[in-house]
Amino acid sequence: MSANDLLSRSIVDLGAALARGEASSEEVTRAALARIAATDGALHAFLAVEEEGALADARASDARRARGEARSPLDGVPVALKDIFLTRGTETTAGSRILAGFVPPFDATVVERLRAAGAVRLGKLNMDEFAMGSSNENGAFGPCRNPWDLSRTPGGSSGGSAAAVAARQAFGSLGTDTGGSIRQPASLCGVVGVKPTYGRVSRYGVVAFASSLDQPGPIARTVADAALLLGAVAGHDPRDQTTSTRPVPDYRAGIEEGARGLRIGVPREWFQGGSEPGVERRVREALDAYRAMGATLVDVELPHSRYGVAAYYLVAPAEASSNLARYDGVRFGLRAPSRSLVDMYGETRDQGFGAEPKRRIMLGTYALSAGYYDAYYLRAQKVRTLVRRDFDRAFERCDVVAGPVSPTAAFRLGEKVADPLQMYLADVYTITANLAALPALSVPAGLHPESRLPVGLQLVGRPFDEPTLLRAARALERELGPSPAPEAIG
Amino acid sequence: MALSPAEVRRIAALARLRLSPGEEERLAGELSAILDYVRQLEELDVAGVEPMTHALAESATPFREDAVTPGLPPDEALRNAPARAGTCFQVPRILE
Repeated sequence: MSANDLLSRSIVDLGAALARGEASSEEVTRAALARIAATDGALHAFLAVEEEGALADARASDARRARGEARSPLDGVPVALKDIFLTRGTETTAGSRILAGFVPPFDATVVERLRAAGAVRLGKLNMDEFAMGSSNENGAFGPCRNPWDLSRTPGGSSGGSAAAVAARQAFGSLGTDTGGSIRQPASLCGVVGVKPTYGRVSRYGVVAFASSLDQPGPIARTVADAALLLGAVAGHDPRDQTTSTRPVPDYRAGIEEGARGLRIGVPREWFQGGSEPGVERRVREALDAYRAMGATLVDVELPHSRYGVAAYYLVAPAEASSNLARYDGVRFGLRAPSRSLVDMYGETRDQGFGAEPKRRIMLGTYALSAGYYDAYYLRAQKVRTLVRRDFDRAFERCDVVAGPVSPTAAFRLGEKVADPLQMYLADVYTITANLAALPALSVPAGLHPESRLPVGLQLVGRPFDEPTLLRAARALERELGPSPAPEAIG
Repeated sequence: MALSPAEVRRIAALARLRLSPGEEERLAGELSAILDYVRQLEELDVAGVEPMTHALAESATPFREDAVTPGLPPDEALRNAPARAGTCFQVPRILE
């Protein structure tokens, strides 16, 4: 089997090949590392490659398997992590200069869980600084590029996580999604990305951006692979009080049940000319495919969804301004030499933060400051309740809500950097699921008719109803056939 | 709503951000545009609407046993310290 054939396999297929002894984890891991070495100069999906650690993980996996002690279907499978997950002994920057050189003394819970499942960790993936961005251009270490067209963005903030999986550098990855940061890059790179229900996956050891919105989740090339990764990392964690104690189902069970009988809600507000015609066409074709598969399309209304971006850009910066207060030069990360403590705070934060975190810290500090709290932050939190009620009402009549992920296919690097508000509006369809704490995913819906760039379909579900989302996504995936591979990097 | 450079300086001081005069001016414009955009929330009647203070209403505060669990040893906790003195984080002088 050629290296690229091996690397193009799904996790499920690779796991089966490893189980049958047709390939070893070391062989697969070496192939992945070689592909990263050959392609990442152009792509820049990785901020750090953990070659030695990956090979050690792989050999340990092969040894377990030889003893008949494989831990899970992920044992020996090479994956990679957004550089927002704390990794003991490996630098973790969250894409920021203020954390350059920071070597965490502990692992994030999801990192522990992937290790317990036997997965091989290839390295840490590029991202917008502190997960603030929709294009990967806000990262302090240079943007990741889209493997479909190197002049374009992979999306953000988990751009590296989506690009690495699309480019066959890794079989799957983890990202985080605060306003669309898993789904939008998954859509723009033509892969599957899942933002779980808030509280489904632990945030312990995940560099915090907006704590009431942040949620880690998987990116993979198939729905079944995403389900497998989600199952490996989901579940209650005593170190994250917001995680649910609900049992974690087998997310792969039932995904082949098809779309027959599903009621798919189509929100009027998401089809009012806000998307590129080519994006809307693919999304509507996906809806037609569902109908042909025996699903029922139901018109629903989300009248407050158009206020989502405004509410988000108060809540998220407010929480960010509080979370980012810890970067003060005292205990870890950058410290600017200064003569007094107060100067040290200001100098460190000036040198360490890029333009976007500064902008959001300023906005959040303003929204929380005396005299403005009620008018901005409190009002935005009330609007969140209204957004959630819209969905509750919609789910009385449907099982999932469907629409676009992003109003456009991948845009060009540099296209939106000059206007922060335009960049924020790239998240117009994804933000509401975060505000409402609901699970949502992006599944490939084909290529844009003109640009031949990937277009994703978004599905939003009831709280903790990831199984129905995955089942619906799998039905579309099966109907459309395997997604093509990007060709820009060979 | 236009934010004045003086107001930008006041917020920056609250946030412990040192901004250059150029940054102050740029942020005054950008933040004003964003605040203009978020003002659309004023169109909504939120009287009697509860703010979403917990993302999921089902999550009652979980309790655990009041038992000692291992934490980071001091050397581990201090390994990323920009400056340390013994088992303390060292900082520049606080009083002039």
